Amino acid sequence: MKNSKIHKFAKDGGYFIIDPPSGSAHISDKLAFDMLGELEPPLPENTPERVYGIFGGFSVSEIDECYGELYGLYKGGALFSGDGDCRRYAEAVSAAPLKALCLHVSHDCNLRCGYCFAGTGGYGGERTLMSPETAAESIDFLVRNSGERTLLEADFFGGEPLMAWETVTAAVDYARSREEEWGKRFKFTITTNGLLLDDEKIDYINREMCNCVLSLDGREETNDRIRKTLSGGGSYGAVTPKFQKLVKNRNKPGFTDYYVRGTFTAYNLDFSEDATEMARLGFRNISIEPVTAPDDRPYAIKREHIPRVFEEYDRLYSIIKNGERDINFFHFNVDLKGGPCVIRRLRGCGCGGEYAAVTPEGELYPCHRFIGAKEWRSGNVSRNGLSREKRDYFAKTHIYSKTGCADCWARFYCSGGCNALSYERYGDARATDGESVECRLMKKRLECAIALNAV
Amino acid sequence: MDAKKHIKTVTGRILKETAEKGGCGGCRASCQSACKTSCTVANQSCEKQQNS
Ligand code: SF4
Ligand code: SF4
Ligand code: SF4
Repeated sequence: MKNSKIHKFAKDGGYFIIDPPSGSAHISDKLAFDMLGELEPPLPENTPERVYGIFGGFSVSEIDECYGELYGLYKGGALFSGDGDCRRYAEAVSAAPLKALCLHVSHDCNLRCGYCFAGTGGYGGERTLMSPETAAESIDFLVRNSGERTLLEADFFGGEPLMAWETVTAAVDYARSREEEWGKRFKFTITTNGLLLDDEKIDYINREMCNCVLSLDGREETNDRIRKTLSGGGSYGAVTPKFQKLVKNRNKPGFTDYYVRGTFTAYNLDFSEDATEMARLGFRNISIEPVTAPDDRPYAIKREHIPRVFEEYDRLYSIIKNGERDINFFHFNVDLKGGPCVIRRLRGCGCGGEYAAVTPEGELYPCHRFIGAKEWRSGNVSRNGLSREKRDYFAKTHIYSKTGCADCWARFYCSGGCNALSYERYGDARATDGESVECRLMKKRLECAIALNAV
Repeated sequence: MDAKKHIKTVTGRILKETAEKGGCGGCRASCQSACKTSCTVANQSCEKQQNS
C-alpha cells in the first residue's frame, strides 16, 4: 500500500501516533511507540517472531497484548490505513465556483515595514487606491461567479485598507443592500496596521467584519525595529491603544473573531516573549508568523535558525500548556475530532478557483500573493473572469500533484502549503520541499498543536 | 476512551467517512501563507456539519 506511513513523535513525556489518511490520533506507552517503529504493513494477525527478540526485556504476554492492540487498530483502519481513494478524489475535482475575493483596496501604505512582502504597499507597481466603483464591480463579479453558493467572503487587504476607507464602506454597504435580492450572505474581514483607526472605524469594523487581523509584532522594541512610520519612527505607541480599544469593544455575537498578528524574524527568535507581551496587553487571540523573505535579507529565517525556532515553539507550547498565560495561539489550534472533510484537505487555499484577488484597477490574480507577477494576471472584474486554464491548473494543484507533499505526514493538516511561495521560490507553483524552512516549521507547529489538543 | 492498555485512541478514523458527504465547498477559504494569517487547514470548521 502506498502512503501508508504513520507519523509518531514523543513530546513532553507523551507518545503520539498519527495515521494521516484516516485522521486518527493515538497516545501510547513507550512499548507500543517503539514497536510501531518496527512494523511495516501488511501486519500479520500474530506477533511476528522477530518482535519478541527486539523487545526482549518484556514478557511474551505483554508483547502479545501490545501487538494485539496495534493489530486491532490496523484492522479497524486507524493505523497504516493508506490514502486509498483520496488520489482518485483529487484527480476528479474540477474548478469550483468562486467563494472568496480579496479586495486590494489600497496599494499604498502609511507604514514602511522592513520586511513587507508587498513592496511597502505598492506590490512593485504604482501606489494606488481602489475606487468605490471598482469595489462594487468586484462584489458583482464575486456574486456573478459564485454559482449556487450562498455564503460569500470578501476580504479587505492592501497595502493598508484603512487608507481607502470610503471604498471599504462603499463595498460593504453595497453588498449588504443587495444580499437579499441576490440570495447571498457576505462575510467581511479586514487586515490593518491600525494607524488610521478611530472610534468610527472601530465601531464599523466591530459591526460589519466577522474577523479582523491586527498587525503588531509584540514587544515595543521588536515592533519598532521593523514596523516604522514614514518618518522612520516606531509605530507601537500609536497603534497599540487603538487595537486595545477595538478588541475591548468587539462583542457583537458572530463578530468576535480577531487576531493580533505578528511576524518573527531573525531579530526576535525569542518570539514567545512577544506572544507574552501581546497577552499582557489584553490580546488573547494571537498569531505570530515566520517572516517570508529571501535568504540574503538580514532578518530572514534561515535553515540554521530552525533549532532555535523549534525551541521557541516548545517554550510557547509550555506557556500555554501550563496555563501561564491565557493565549489562543493560532498555529497551535487543530481540530482533531472534526475539522474539514478529506476533500477540502486535498487542497489548501483554493487560490485561483474558489479564491481570487483583485487589484485597485480591477485586475484579477489567483490570490493576493501572486499580484505583481504579471504572468499570473487573469482577467478583470469589469470584463471577464478568471481564465479557465488557470482555474483548471489550480484545481489540479493538490497534495498529490505538489512534489513534496504526497509522502509528507502533514499532508491532511497542511494541505500542501502556499502555491505562491512555491512559485516564488522554485518557479513552479507545484514544487514543495518537505525539508524547507517553512515545511519544517509547519510540521513542528503541528506536533505542538496535536500534543496540546490530544489530551 | 477505550480499554486498551498500551495505546489509546484520541480520534478514530474521522476522515474516511467524510469523503462521500464532503466537498461541498461551504467552509471558509483559508490561506496558508505567512504573509496573511496562515491557517492550518485542519483547524477550519466544516459548515456542513455546523448546519446539519
Ligand atoms: S463545508 Fe464541510 S463538507 Fe463542505 S467542503 Fe467544507 S469541510 Fe467539506
Ligand atoms: S509540510 Fe510541506 S511537504 Fe508537507 S504537506 Fe505541507 S507543503 Fe507539503
Ligand atoms: S497561494 Fe499562498 S498566499 Fe495565495 S491564497 Fe494560497 S496559501 Fe495564500
